[in-house]
Amino acid sequence: MTDGRRPASFYLLAAFFGLFVLFLYGPLSAIVILSFQGPNGGLTFPLNGVSLHWFANLFEQQAVGDFGGSFRRSLMLGLAVMAVTVVVSLCAGLAFRRRFIGETALFYLTVASLVVPSIILSLGIGVMFNEAGVEPTWYSSAFGAHLTWTLPFGVLIMMAVFNRFSPSYEEAARDLGASPWQAFAHVVLPMIAPSLVGIGLFGFTLSYDEFARSLMTAGTYNTLPLEIYGMTTNVTTPVLYALGTVTTVFSLFVIGATLAVIFMLERRRARM
Amino acid sequence: MTTIASEPVTHAIATPRRKFPRLSGTVLSWLQAAPLAAVLGVFLALPILMIVVVSFWDYDFARMYPAFVLTNYVEALGSWVTWKTYLNTLKFAVMVWAITLVVGFWIAYFLAFHVRTAAVQMVLFLVCTVPFLTSNIIRMISWIPVLGRNGIVNSALMKTGLVSAPIEGLLYSDFAVVLAMVHLYALFMVTPIFNTLMRIDRSLIEAARDAGASARQVLTDVVIPLAKPGMAIGSIFVVTLVMADFSTVQVMSGGQSASVALMMKNQMSLLQYPAAAANAVVLLVLVLVMVAAMLRIVDIRKEL
Repeated sequence: MTDGRRPASFYLLAAFFGLFVLFLYGPLSAIVILSFQGPNGGLTFPLNGVSLHWFANLFEQQAVGDFGGSFRRSLMLGLAVMAVTVVVSLCAGLAFRRRFIGETALFYLTVASLVVPSIILSLGIGVMFNEAGVEPTWYSSAFGAHLTWTLPFGVLIMMAVFNRFSPSYEEAARDLGASPWQAFAHVVLPMIAPSLVGIGLFGFTLSYDEFARSLMTAGTYNTLPLEIYGMTTNVTTPVLYALGTVTTVFSLFVIGATLAVIFMLERRRARM
Repeated sequence: MTTIASEPVTHAIATPRRKFPRLSGTVLSWLQAAPLAAVLGVFLALPILMIVVVSFWDYDFARMYPAFVLTNYVEALGSWVTWKTYLNTLKFAVMVWAITLVVGFWIAYFLAFHVRTAAVQMVLFLVCTVPFLTSNIIRMISWIPVLGRNGIVNSALMKTGLVSAPIEGLLYSDFAVVLAMVHLYALFMVTPIFNTLMRIDRSLIEAARDAGASARQVLTDVVIPLAKPGMAIGSIFVVTLVMADFSTVQVMSGGQSASVALMMKNQMSLLQYPAAAANAVVLLVLVLVMVAAMLRIVDIRKEL
C-alpha cells in the first residue's frame, strides 16, 4: 500500500463507495428538484414547468397546517436539548474519569437509553404524565423524551474523549500552581471544546429530527417532524417536497456552520 | 521591572486559599453524575416501570383502570396475528442487519485502508455522515418519486425497453421497506466499524504479510477478527433501530406490512394503552435479550 500503485481492489471499492454516496444523496436530490415543480405538476417526474409555487404555498398558513409554529417549536426544543445535552454529558464525562460506586449501573442505564425502542419510551412518558395529571407538552415531556436519545450519544462521546485525554496536562497546570477549577477552565475545557461543539450538533439535530419520541409526548402542539409525518398521509402535492427541501437546507446550514466552528477551534488549538 | 512588579500578583492567583474542604473523589463524581442519573431516572426508568404496571391494567373503549389482569398478555401472545407480526419484524431486522453489515464493512474498509490522507478520509466520512443528520422522514419519503409507479426507476426501465409496463412492487412492498431502512440506518454500522478499523495497528498487517499471508488471509485472519467489536456495536444500533421502527414500515409498505412497533402505535391511537404496554414489555424483553447476546462479543467501555 506504500509503493504508490493502487491494487485492483481499490478501484472496485472506490466504485462501491461512489454507488453508496449516490444511494445516500440520489433520492434526496430528487425531492429537491421536484419541489420546484410547476403549479400543475405532480409528485413524480417529469417536471411540469419550473416554479416557486410550492414554496409560496408552504408559507400560507391554511394550506399545510401550522408550518411556522411547528418549526419554531422544534427550533426552541432543539436548542434547549442541545444546551442540556452538552452540560450534562460534560459533567457525566468528568464523573466517569474516576471510579465511583454505582458507575457500572449508571453506564448500563445510559446504554439502555440508547437501545430501548423509542415508541416504548414515548408511550411510557405519555402515560406517566397523564396518570400524574400533568398535561404532556413539547417543552416538558417531549423535552425529557428527547434527552433520553441525545444524552447517551453525548455521554459515550465524552467518555471516549476523556479516555484519550492524558491527565498530565492537568498535572502540569497544577504543578504550575493552578487550582482544580483553573486547570479545568483554562486547560481541559479549551482542549475538549471541539468535541463539545460536536455533541451540541448531535443534540440539536437528533432532537430537531426526532419523531417517534415526540409522538405521545408533544401534547397539543406539533413539532415539525410530527407535522411532516402527518403530511405524508394526507398531502398529495409537491408542497411536501418543498417542506422537505426547506428543512433539509436548514439542517445542512446548521451542520455546515457547526463544522466551521469545530474547524476554527481545532486550528486555534493547533496554534497554541 | 514590569515582570518583577507583576510577579506578586500572579503568585497570589497561583496559590488560592481553599475556602471549602476538599471534596472526596466519590462525592464529586456523584455530584457530576447526578444530572444524568436524574434525567434517566425520571424519563427512562420511571416510564418503563409505568409501562410494566399499566400492562396489567384493564381498559374499555374510553379509559383504563388500575387492576391486575393478564388478559393483555394473553391477547398479545395468544393471537396468531401477533406472532406473525413479531416474525415479520424479526425478518426485517435480520435482512437489514445482514445488508448493512456487509455494506458497512466495505465502506469502512475503503475509508480506513484505501484512502491515504487523513484530510480526504475526513471529507469522505463527512460526506457519508451528513445525510444522517437530516430528517429521517424526509429521507424516507424521498424514495417515493424514485420507486413509484411513474418514478425514476420505472421510467428509466421503460425507456431502455427492459420492461414494457411499470413494475408495481418497487414501492409499497417489503423490498421498499428494507431498502429505506438500509438507507436510514447504514451509517450506524459504518461509523463503529470505521472506528475499530482505524485503531488496528498497521504493523500487524505488515507482519502478517511478511509472514506470507495473502491479501485474503490478511482480511479474514487479521482485519475481520479485529473489527468484530465495531461490527457488534453497529449491529446493536441497527437491530434495535429496526425492531423499534414503525414509520418506515407504515409509509414504505403502504400499510401492507406490519411491525411490532406499528401494531403498538395502532393500539395507542385506539387508546388501548394496556394492550400496547403488554406488547411494549414483550418487545423490550426481546430487544434486551438480543442486545445482551451481542454484548457478549464486545465490552463497550473498552471500545470507547
